[in-house]
Amino acid sequence: MTLDQPKYKTTDEVDFVVIGSGAAGGIIAKELSENGFRVVVLEQGPYLTEKDFVHDEIKVLNQDLLTNHPDLQPNTFRKTPDEKAKRQRAVAYGRLVGGTSTHFTANFWRFHEIDFHERSKVGAVAGANLADWPITYADLEPYYTKVEWEIGVSGLAGASPFDPPRSKPYPMPPLPVKSGGVIFERAGRKLGWNPFPAPMAILSQPRPGRSACINCGFCLGFACEVGAKSSSLAAAIPMAEKTGRCEIRPNSYVHRIELDANGRATGAVYFDAQRNVQRQKAKAVVVCANGAETPRLLLLSANKQFPDGLANSSGIVGKNLMFNSGALSVGVFEHPLNDYKGFAVSRILHDFYELDSDKVGFHGGGGLDARFDQTPINFALGGLPPGTPRWGKGFKDALSHNFTRTVEIFCHGTSLPVENNSFSLDPDVKDAWGLPALRMTYKDHPDDVKLSNWLNARAAELLQAAGAQKQWSFPAGEQEFSVHLLGTCRMGNDPKTSVINPDHQTHDVKNLFLCDGSSLVTSGRGQPTMTIEALAFRAGDRIRALAKRGDLTV
Amino acid sequence: MENNLSRRGFLSHGLSGISAVWIATHWPAMLSAASHARQAAQSPTPAKFEYFSAEQAAEIDAITARIIPTTDTSGAHEAGVVFFIDRALVTFAKDDQKEYVEGLPALQARAHEMFPGVTKFSAATPEQQDQILESLAAQSGGEGSRPFRPSSGAQSFFETIRVHTISGFLIDPDSDRRGNRDGVGWKVIGRDNEHMFQPPFGYYDKDYPGWQPNPVNADKTKT
Repeated sequence: MTLDQPKYKTTDEVDFVVIGSGAAGGIIAKELSENGFRVVVLEQGPYLTEKDFVHDEIKVLNQDLLTNHPDLQPNTFRKTPDEKAKRQRAVAYGRLVGGTSTHFTANFWRFHEIDFHERSKVGAVAGANLADWPITYADLEPYYTKVEWEIGVSGLAGASPFDPPRSKPYPMPPLPVKSGGVIFERAGRKLGWNPFPAPMAILSQPRPGRSACINCGFCLGFACEVGAKSSSLAAAIPMAEKTGRCEIRPNSYVHRIELDANGRATGAVYFDAQRNVQRQKAKAVVVCANGAETPRLLLLSANKQFPDGLANSSGIVGKNLMFNSGALSVGVFEHPLNDYKGFAVSRILHDFYELDSDKVGFHGGGGLDARFDQTPINFALGGLPPGTPRWGKGFKDALSHNFTRTVEIFCHGTSLPVENNSFSLDPDVKDAWGLPALRMTYKDHPDDVKLSNWLNARAAELLQAAGAQKQWSFPAGEQEFSVHLLGTCRMGNDPKTSVINPDHQTHDVKNLFLCDGSSLVTSGRGQPTMTIEALAFRAGDRIRALAKRGDLTV
Repeated sequence: MENNLSRRGFLSHGLSGISAVWIATHWPAMLSAASHARQAAQSPTPAKFEYFSAEQAAEIDAITARIIPTTDTSGAHEAGVVFFIDRALVTFAKDDQKEYVEGLPALQARAHEMFPGVTKFSAATPEQQDQILESLAAQSGGEGSRPFRPSSGAQSFFETIRVHTISGFLIDPDSDRRGNRDGVGWKVIGRDNEHMFQPPFGYYDKDYPGWQPNPVNADKTKT
């Protein structure tokens, strides 16, 4: 936290209030404050810094140091709208300044051209609400480049024959290869595929105030203690603070956006750390609270004009929820890989990004990565082959043999938008502030499950070609939990079938903008954060243009 | 202290791209945090338990020593897992006290029932102890799925103490949880007790010649 942060009063009408400080919120705050606007960022979680980012698995994973806590903010889940939802954890997201970008894997794939016009290319998919984006890959390309250069992404341009066109190489070389990555690369090539160095939002070279990755090995699920992971906390927020025009206000849980008589948003209503209600006045509001909390906030903000939820004249706020499908195969090798050292992923492949549905019998595509993302306790509890003794000498022997010799092949793929899959307000369960809990309704489209199992068969082939001494696969089942929260306030030109226009402005409220995973129209093939950040840079540009044109009176 | 010094050595001499700016701004805070954790972890183990009586602690120690036995390498006993569980029950695992309060006497009754001459678990032979635990494990339900987090909702005494033992054996030794004493648990699984590493990491990347474009696609791929 820098000293030059301004402290605005809640009664000061700032130019923008940004709700959420994660992947999108951090960048929007940076873009707007760098362009001269006065910005308050309201973040529900605390402002933690590098000294807080320990490697204690109990504290970080078990006690939700960085994430939404299921006791304070319970979720409920059901598969279909005719069921009564049961209380269970359905989502995990970063609840701190920097949001989920602080503790993610940092796989940073760009979307490909197909992801933006899939509906036109493949036609309708039964049971899915597939649509084209109102923008194209070419529209977003300059912003992908901005993310890579300004936020910090390591990778090797041109290494994948399937990569979409790019205007500039990566700003820094890929991270070092891990043993699991070498195994993956050799076996993949043997099979005629094209493994390549993973683009990662982790620094391979230092930047001012940030270290290059020190390969500590506590990466997925943990926040970086040296600023190497390109989270909003490490990258965008310090730049926003440096302007002297942006205040990051932690422990501020926004639960309502109010409108004036003219139907314009007047700011945000939130609980402060003492659970007192505060109102931050602003000329315009940008919601970047993630694909679960953004629609929830709109639904919580229902009023006379919008009885079904703010900016919800279309009725689709919260709907078309997508996760990204996933499946996993695991291999154990003869010699130590020591893949516990370092970031999670060093090699990926995109040979199956666009599958021919006539040949495979389902829609979609995906990518594979070689990873080891398990910390010691997690590994001991869940990383050993099925059938391994769970205690005693046999357990100990397997643990001491396998920990250094295991690599996982993770399959990431399409999640089709299905209207019934949604976030809504639970009618019974309340959170610790007395607000309706987040209710998830979700059942995978059958093609998503078929795709996952198809990709997992490729992962198993790869492990076999690599000479794994032991291997096993977890068949894909229907998912009931996710960290990818996408599509719930989708972008489009038609106010009847979308919530925001291509400028991220809600169709219904002119000075209300949404930008985060909820904006996505399709799920891509597994790694949404790069696209969320590119959208945030673009949204910053669009909002600034509108403000200059006077449409916003800021 | 050794670990602390080697970290310091890495910071000042290691060349893997740690920026001078970063060191200048973060070193003091990081060293003080690390040395604090080290002191906490290395201060002589207090004889006093925070939750268990000495008698209970001896039984818990004996149980953990069968869950992760001492072989040619260290086990739960050497890692001081009983101290981890003792502290766990007054901190993050308070809710599990009931499992221990009810589970330990039940275990003793089971020991006596199976081996009438045996008055307490710790007095049984290792073979008998394994049989007693097997009879509990058989009751305690099946294998969990791949967890995102260590299970905190373990349903039985055996499952609870099993998860606690594994956690206490493998927790970051720099934490203040009194587990994984001297990093012996990490040594058993082959994890170096460091938090900074440099490539090459393992067997398969040590002779990696560097990235080469796939010859099959040389025509399609351009840099």
